[in-house]
Amino acid sequence: MADLSTNFVGIKSPNPFWLASAPPTDKEYNVRRAYEAGWGGVVWKTLGLDPHIVNVNGPRYGVVYGADRRVLGINNIELITDRPLDVNLREIKAVKRDYPDRAMVVSLMVPCEEWAWKEILPKVEETGADGIELNFGCPHGMSERGMGAAVGQVPEYIEMVTRWCKANTRMPVLVKLTPNITDVRYPARAAHAGGADAVSLINTISSITSVNLDTMSPEPSIDGKGSHGGYCGAAVKPIALNMVAEIARDRETAGLPISGIGGITTWRDAAEFLSLGAGSVQVCTAAMVYGFGIVKELKAGLSDWMDEKGYTSVDQVTGRAVPNVTDWQYLNLNYVTKARIDQDACIKCGRCYAACEDTSHQAISMSPDRVFEVIDEECVACNLCVDVCPVEDCITMEELQPGMTDLRTGKVVEAEYANWTTHPNNPSAKAAE
Amino acid sequence: MKTTPRTSGVQAGRLSAKALAENFQDLHAPFDDHEAMVAADRCYFCYDAPCIAACPTAIDIPLFIRQIQAGHPNGAAKTIFEQNILGGMCARVCPTETLCEEACVREAAEGKPVQIGRLQRFATDGLMSSGVHPFTRSEATGKRIAVVGAGPAGLACAHRLAMKGHEVVIFDGRSKPGGLNEFGIASYKSVDNFAQSEVEWLMKIGGISLRTGERLGGSLTLEALRAEYDAVFLAIGLAGVNALRAEGEDCENVLDAVDFIADLRQTGNLSSLPVGRNVVVIGGGMTAVDAAVQSKLLGADQVTIVYRRGQDGMSASRYEQDLATSKGVRLVFNAQPLAVHGNGTVREVEFEYTESAGGTLTGTGETFRLAADQVFKAIGQTLEGAPEGLALDGNKIAVTGPGRTSEAGVWAGGDCAAGGNDLTVTAVAEGRDAAMDIHAQLMG
Ligand SMILES: Cc1cc2nc3c(=O)[nH]c(=O)nc-3n(C[C@H](O)[C@H](O)[C@H](O)COP(=O)(O)OP(=O)(O)OC[C@H]3O[C@@H](n4cnc5c(N)ncnc54)[C@H](O)[C@@H]3O)c2cc1C
Ligand SMILES: Cc1cc2nc3c(=O)[nH]c(=O)nc-3n(C[C@H](O)[C@H](O)[C@H](O)COP(=O)(O)O)c2cc1C
Ligand code: SF4
Repeated sequence: MADLSTNFVGIKSPNPFWLASAPPTDKEYNVRRAYEAGWGGVVWKTLGLDPHIVNVNGPRYGVVYGADRRVLGINNIELITDRPLDVNLREIKAVKRDYPDRAMVVSLMVPCEEWAWKEILPKVEETGADGIELNFGCPHGMSERGMGAAVGQVPEYIEMVTRWCKANTRMPVLVKLTPNITDVRYPARAAHAGGADAVSLINTISSITSVNLDTMSPEPSIDGKGSHGGYCGAAVKPIALNMVAEIARDRETAGLPISGIGGITTWRDAAEFLSLGAGSVQVCTAAMVYGFGIVKELKAGLSDWMDEKGYTSVDQVTGRAVPNVTDWQYLNLNYVTKARIDQDACIKCGRCYAACEDTSHQAISMSPDRVFEVIDEECVACNLCVDVCPVEDCITMEELQPGMTDLRTGKVVEAEYANWTTHPNNPSAKAAE
Repeated sequence: MKTTPRTSGVQAGRLSAKALAENFQDLHAPFDDHEAMVAADRCYFCYDAPCIAACPTAIDIPLFIRQIQAGHPNGAAKTIFEQNILGGMCARVCPTETLCEEACVREAAEGKPVQIGRLQRFATDGLMSSGVHPFTRSEATGKRIAVVGAGPAGLACAHRLAMKGHEVVIFDGRSKPGGLNEFGIASYKSVDNFAQSEVEWLMKIGGISLRTGERLGGSLTLEALRAEYDAVFLAIGLAGVNALRAEGEDCENVLDAVDFIADLRQTGNLSSLPVGRNVVVIGGGMTAVDAAVQSKLLGADQVTIVYRRGQDGMSASRYEQDLATSKGVRLVFNAQPLAVHGNGTVREVEFEYTESAGGTLTGTGETFRLAADQVFKAIGQTLEGAPEGLALDGNKIAVTGPGRTSEAGVWAGGDCAAGGNDLTVTAVAEGRDAAMDIHAQLMG
């Protein structure tokens, strides 16, 4: 059986599944229950200096539903911990003492001045925690006070604060990045330059989930007004995956350990984050929606899949897909596919037809008795029909083998790889010698 | 002694009032909001959807389901009513398993169609119960049209004509409007006096006056109607009942199923309705199933439907048959009645097994008898009271195109007109289409 245990920048954990810094890790009671349920570690809900902040006293969450009220995404306007610092520290110490084998990382957010970090770091160290995570991500409430995303959006500040922390503690330092920037590589590089042991990402995405059309207030509504909140949950996974991959394949930060966060809901999501470079993963929304019990599915699913693939440890998975993430101009233009419709599986809904006819390339024909067929002369292989077909594997993409003719272009498919950089239509193409 | 299902003879009050109330409640409880959302979400919004083609009134089903999904059920209802003003009743009584839901691609894919009928009910109930009538009338045309028969065909025709700005008078021989919606449809498909509230709601369009108790062939003649009105639409249904042509048919307690059902629909007190201990229903359509199931629900001990052909020949759908068997009704196929035995009052019915070869049915000579203290004949209704002079096609009024009869200015639709399949929804479609044709001709 695969060994799920990890040693992430010196922080040991029986499995790569940590609870992200958020309500699930807000206090001793939760964290004990999480450990009992089998979570490998937690990042404690972000601590700040006293006097502790306060939260709104009305709803903090907005939601986006899919079918059957399945939660696709949640946003929140919650701030960092709203409990006194010493209470949190006492609880962290007690839990860590009782669960020495689990990862205990403490998330921190204090003003952007060195004295503040110097004050809090020894106190955290004293709890026996395994590491700290600098919350440079929170997009609401704290950023207006010059913390959270306000720091995370300025690479120079990230580097500076990271350096202070490295200078003032022996604990490993994880820097948690905000996705509310244009290019995540810059803050990652800054963290790296400041000496961060790892980055963790993503924090939540600035968002408004919905507007109440009767009251004209954004949701969640506090007395008729709303504020932008942080979006998370399954909906943000694609954004997070890309950001993780960008850092993993950036020459300047390649090899920098990553704790992957954002929309992880099943073992498969976790495996995808690992494959794109994460060495541990963090979960928040899925636990908030379904409870701590999901960790059983996460562990069993990852373990079985690793066994099936012959991976014996998590680090064999970490980064496996990174070499396959490339830039568009390096994609093989001689790779030609065509959509194929399995007539036996087809249930004749016609969605592929509507999609291709109305919005793509008019490459599907429809007969009076509802037989749908691909017109190879028109099919550009965009995949839309595959995506909208409600029957799995009914429409698939078939690769044209070298020597076959693409009826759309009339060209014979070549075996050699060729990309945009050498394409004759590219004004800056370097002629392939 | 207390009356029970096993008390012999024909008796009222075989079940407690509570049991009767339970037995005759809604066959399918209406969807609540969440159930409707989940059910609506299963719709694929097919291109040129097969369900639309399978609906005799061609409701844009994917559109109305999408409107439910989008949290706009009143918009969904309007989409339905634009095509089918009796969409509320149809949502309850249509054999969807042989119409829209049979054509649903998810039926092909998984054997579980989108529950179109129940979604239709969800949408239409919402709008109707708010009391809103979603249509208004066009400018008055000054034309007056007589509609004879206030069943689904007549009502649909009248509504569409009124919408187009015409004045409509509906005549019906009965004391109440609705036709078989009121007197025929099984109770558990149309609870809470739905048929009458639907008529009231439909009439809110304005421009329609209803004159009950006036029969064509009685106080009315086609000639007089034609003289007084710009057009006449006949929607008189099938008022006659076929005879068994079996010896002893006139024994007491050998009844027409439709009369039994009408009594059942009209009674205010189910405990007062007499039903046999051993009930035999002869026939293979919806009327047979409804009479049998409702006998059982009233407390009959043994109820048997006997049909002269095989199971696949039954015009009641397999779903209806399963409903009957699930209520404890026994189905016997390939047997025809030979004689009703009894001393003035039925005691037994004698049947002969049948064989069909090349479409013709012959008796095999082998017979059996079923104990019966009540027999319901459900072997089909026939046209009765059609005005002299109209050309017939078989036993029904001959029509061409959208219900034009052999006489100019006279249209017909619903069960009384040839063609179609004797369903509520078909009657609605024919009434609506005749109205459009009448409108086109009058406004030419
Ligand atoms: C027991 C039973 C159950 C059924 N169940 C279903 C079902 O579940 N689903 C389904 O889709 N269909 C069902 N049907 C069929 C459906 O009810 C009919 O197809 C539909 O009602 C036909 O509508 P119509 O308007 O043509 O006629 P009707 O509904 O029969 O209406 C005719 C109207 O004309 C009036 N009338 C008749 N003669 C005259 C006259 N001479 N002068 C004035 N008025 C007259 C009658 O009083 C009546 O109101 C059932 C039928 C029966 C008998
Ligand atoms: C209610 C709520 C509160 C959160 N509070 C914090 C916090 O205090 N510190 C922090 O670093 N991240 C916080 N987060 C962000 C999460 O740790 C995590 O980065 C984000 O939700 C994405 O992961 P997910 O998609 O698994 O939820 C919070 C998220 C939620 C939903
Ligand atoms: S792949 Fe795109 S272009 Fe080809 S048939 Fe499908 S939808 Fe049309």
